[in-house]
Amino acid sequence: MRYLPLTPNDRASMLATIGAASAEDFYTDVPEAGRLKAKIAGLPDHQGELAVERHMTKLAAKNRAASAGPFFVGAGAYQHHVPASVDMIIQRSEFLTTYTPYQPEIAQGTLQTMFEFQTQVAALTAMDVANASMYDGSTACAEAALMAARVTKRKKVILSGGLHPHYAAATRLLCEAQGLTVVHLPISIDGEGALAGAADGETACVIGQSPNVFGTVTDLSGVANAAHEKGALLVSVFTEVVSLGLVTPPGEMGADIAAGEGQSIGNGLNFGGPYVGLFACKDKLVRQMPGRLCGETVDADGHRGFVLTLSTREQHIRRDKATSNICTNSGLCALAFTAHMTLLGGKGLKQLAELNHEAACELADALGGVKGVEILTPRFFNEFAFRTPVDAEAVLAMLDEAGVVGGVRASRLFPDGHMGDVIIAAATECTTADDIAAYVAALKEIV
Amino acid sequence: MTTYYTKDHEWIRVEGDTGTVGITTYAAGQLGDVVYVELPESGAKFARGDDFAVVESVKAASDVYAPVSGSVLEVNAALTDAPETVNAAAEGEAWFVRLKLSDASELSGLMDEAAYAAFCEGH
Amino acid sequence: MTMNTQGRPTAPASVSISAIDTVSGSRGLLQHEDLLFEIGTPETTGVDLPKPKGVKSRLGGVVRKAETGLAGLSEPQAVRHYIRLSQKNYAIDLGLFPLGSCTMKHNPRLNEKMARLPGFADIHPLQPQATVQGALELIDELATWLKTLTGMPFVAMSPKAGAHGELCGMLAIRQALIARGEGGTRKRVLVPESAHGTNPATAVQCGFIVDEIKANARGRVDMDDLKSKLVRSDDIAGIMLTNPNTCGLFETDIKAIADLIHAAGGYFYCDGANFNAIVGRVRPGDLGVDAMHINLHKTFSTPHGGGGPGSGPTVLSEALAPYAPVPFVIRDEDGFYRLVEQTEGAAKDSFGRMVAFHGQMGMFVRALTYMLSHGADGLKQVAEDAVLNANYVQARLKHVMTPAFEGFCMHEALFSDAFTADGIETIDIAKALIDEGYHPMTMYFPLVVHGAMLIEPTETESKAELDRFCDALESIARRAAQGDETLKGAPYLAPAKRLDETRAARKPVLKWTAPDTARVAAE
Repeated sequence: MRYLPLTPNDRASMLATIGAASAEDFYTDVPEAGRLKAKIAGLPDHQGELAVERHMTKLAAKNRAASAGPFFVGAGAYQHHVPASVDMIIQRSEFLTTYTPYQPEIAQGTLQTMFEFQTQVAALTAMDVANASMYDGSTACAEAALMAARVTKRKKVILSGGLHPHYAAATRLLCEAQGLTVVHLPISIDGEGALAGAADGETACVIGQSPNVFGTVTDLSGVANAAHEKGALLVSVFTEVVSLGLVTPPGEMGADIAAGEGQSIGNGLNFGGPYVGLFACKDKLVRQMPGRLCGETVDADGHRGFVLTLSTREQHIRRDKATSNICTNSGLCALAFTAHMTLLGGKGLKQLAELNHEAACELADALGGVKGVEILTPRFFNEFAFRTPVDAEAVLAMLDEAGVVGGVRASRLFPDGHMGDVIIAAATECTTADDIAAYVAALKEIV
Repeated sequence: MTTYYTKDHEWIRVEGDTGTVGITTYAAGQLGDVVYVELPESGAKFARGDDFAVVESVKAASDVYAPVSGSVLEVNAALTDAPETVNAAAEGEAWFVRLKLSDASELSGLMDEAAYAAFCEGH
Repeated sequence: MTMNTQGRPTAPASVSISAIDTVSGSRGLLQHEDLLFEIGTPETTGVDLPKPKGVKSRLGGVVRKAETGLAGLSEPQAVRHYIRLSQKNYAIDLGLFPLGSCTMKHNPRLNEKMARLPGFADIHPLQPQATVQGALELIDELATWLKTLTGMPFVAMSPKAGAHGELCGMLAIRQALIARGEGGTRKRVLVPESAHGTNPATAVQCGFIVDEIKANARGRVDMDDLKSKLVRSDDIAGIMLTNPNTCGLFETDIKAIADLIHAAGGYFYCDGANFNAIVGRVRPGDLGVDAMHINLHKTFSTPHGGGGPGSGPTVLSEALAPYAPVPFVIRDEDGFYRLVEQTEGAAKDSFGRMVAFHGQMGMFVRALTYMLSHGADGLKQVAEDAVLNANYVQARLKHVMTPAFEGFCMHEALFSDAFTADGIETIDIAKALIDEGYHPMTMYFPLVVHGAMLIEPTETESKAELDRFCDALESIARRAAQGDETLKGAPYLAPAKRLDETRAARKPVLKWTAPDTARVAAE
């Protein structure tokens, strides 16, 4: 077996050194009832690379890749072009096959890139400080709610009606497990503003999203002020990080915590994971932050170096009093993010954001010109909702037959939301004029 | 002015119905380099044994317990910016809070300096 | 004869100096590298994007005011920057990485190649399900492997890492108790003091109260202490037990523990972080386990990536399966793979959704590739070789170091610092290993062993590599026993010397600040 270096001779001589007769001796602590005599039944035996590759390729071929044709699905994950060098960098053995940097003397590569990542995320979100990543945007959002409850010592969390429903569900789950009350405002395409009147003296935080799940961008400054007046925090969420090149970032709106998804920079669609959760906050809240943090220091020779720091917040020290149970997060995805962001630079990101916005504007104009189609999102970045004259599920199925993956039906995200005729569509720098033309042509046939 | 000690390594120096509270030199030595002290707010009320502060080294976080019941009159805000004071002067400059005692009789359950020294010896 | 006196000398000259300072800060192949913000500018870019056309904005004025100011690098600069940084890292591809409980085994490159097939890497989680049948089939196939290997009837695939899987299992227990009408009363979770920190943190995150149980002299759960904790049982939610445990030992009484917990009306959460020691040889389902997460990045070789991504599918017993989180995949009678995404129908009792989308697909592809490569026969050999390698390390070192417990270990060998001279600590031994070209073992964990050194070689090390490692560690251990003070300064040969963690924590600097801004702020 190609991944197992021991030879039969090695095994025999090692057993002799140990003083064991066979490997069976090591398993005598296992209760008789649990000791398997033979290999487990019902599974195939080992195979060579070629056979495995054939099997996996066959499965992959049954899927329609985003890049195979016109593709307009967003709602929390976005098709973007990732430069070739990013994948080369993250496949570098010293990044790919290393562990959490517990031994900083031989992990300065990982630690310095973490420090760069934290700096980039803080700058993008316009917040004071960012951590070294969370699992994804939805869990970052949930952790933000818990953190707000710790900071304010309050027990009510208010979610906007425009928050991605998966984020809302993940947040509700963790909050309720800790005895917090979750208030979810009615589903609304332009609903973030309603948060302004929602906070009261018991509220730990209000959670708003911009751009929200329907693509609506909103200046949450008013929401922040209203929340702060009541002693509550504003958690500002985003699912499309590229928007931060152009759209008002959480820090400029007075957010106390920013939580979002970083997949769009450096990371592929991967059917939903692994992604990279971004998490940032104001300086004064840093000791209530979940997750790993990298900090600058010096070594014994006085040279600059980096270490994991403020670890007493974390589970391996604080155990049952930790800020979160998170341990392994999204290190390599964060590296991909950092490498791609480095290639973009501030100017490049802004340009990328402009291209995304323009593609969406062109798509909206084109679709809005189809008879019976109504664009519902009032202000958007690279994604918007629109109403079709016929059932959205049927429309998407027919578009699919025409080779166009036309978006997400809102009813998949909001089954009880009476949105059977609404489609959420995204456009990015990957979207071509031909893609848009194909979409419009196919849609005209249908409606 | 009398100083009392707890088995959890806090000290309290009492003058009238006011007590100044900190952690002992022994405790500071055990913790190693103190990097952070989290203090309560002025006015907060604690019962004897409640955790009212947190003291952190790089590798450990320890709760600090109230030696007696009382309300916080003043906190030593200087510790926030200079936590290393706890290592330098645990039983002096690095006091944590001043408490207004709500029940002075609770002091009788604490150790005096000699008893505490013997207690630490035993560890 | 003709004499050619031109050219370079071909034998090394012998010049001895104690330290060499270089102008560049580099040391030969080990290049000094500044932060990217110190190298690049916001104007520099490593991508060529088309010019925006100047379409009228639809942002409604919700626009960013201040530029990010983030520096960029051209491609050659960026590549060089990250490759230079990479050279400051140790990695499993460079050598043995004996970090106990972390299972740093070889990461097959076929896994990486398969995960990058566009049919897996370039599909969207919300595409119509008819367009991702291969992805759903893969999830179902991986689930079948996990269920078969663990002997459990159900697996929740969405947890994003081990700790997230713990959360999944404990939330399922919480939901089961709520369904029994005992959600408000059964709050106590028993956790051994040797447990990984995620266990108590997870229990509390689910609203439970942690009650610690002691270890006995053999490094297992102290059954008397356990029984005393169960005298009152009507508040028991369950137990979280790692098996094989964090001391590298199989919990001999595991079946009895399961029976006691079940009799008390609680559930048995098994932390599966160390499943690699028993995969193919022991099925947790035969031992009374109700829930167990599996770290795909440990047992099934997906790369650790310097701290993730992980993946923590969580197997559930019949008793807990109804409460599993959404989404999950079911296969209809006509062979269509369908996602159950809402808490209704087949998922009407589900405790809810833990995460956007379907879990760590990229890790699923790698793990399944690994499983198919090994097969049922190979996985059994994986466990046996992992345990053999650990016992070999223990046997080779037990004369110079102090084994924490008697007898054979499972996949990792645990030593205490009892053998060291006064003044020499576990950390000194760990750092000296760095100079020998190895990553240190896990140190000071588990907490129940003084100065713990936990060594997990994994099955992907050859005997020759193990011997080299043991030779090095044996020599360091002897120096530690003799009180060799030079150990205190190790490492001497690493890219950095020991770092000042106190300074980092007292005045945290968590991001780079432009020098002029920093000066203004200080004034």
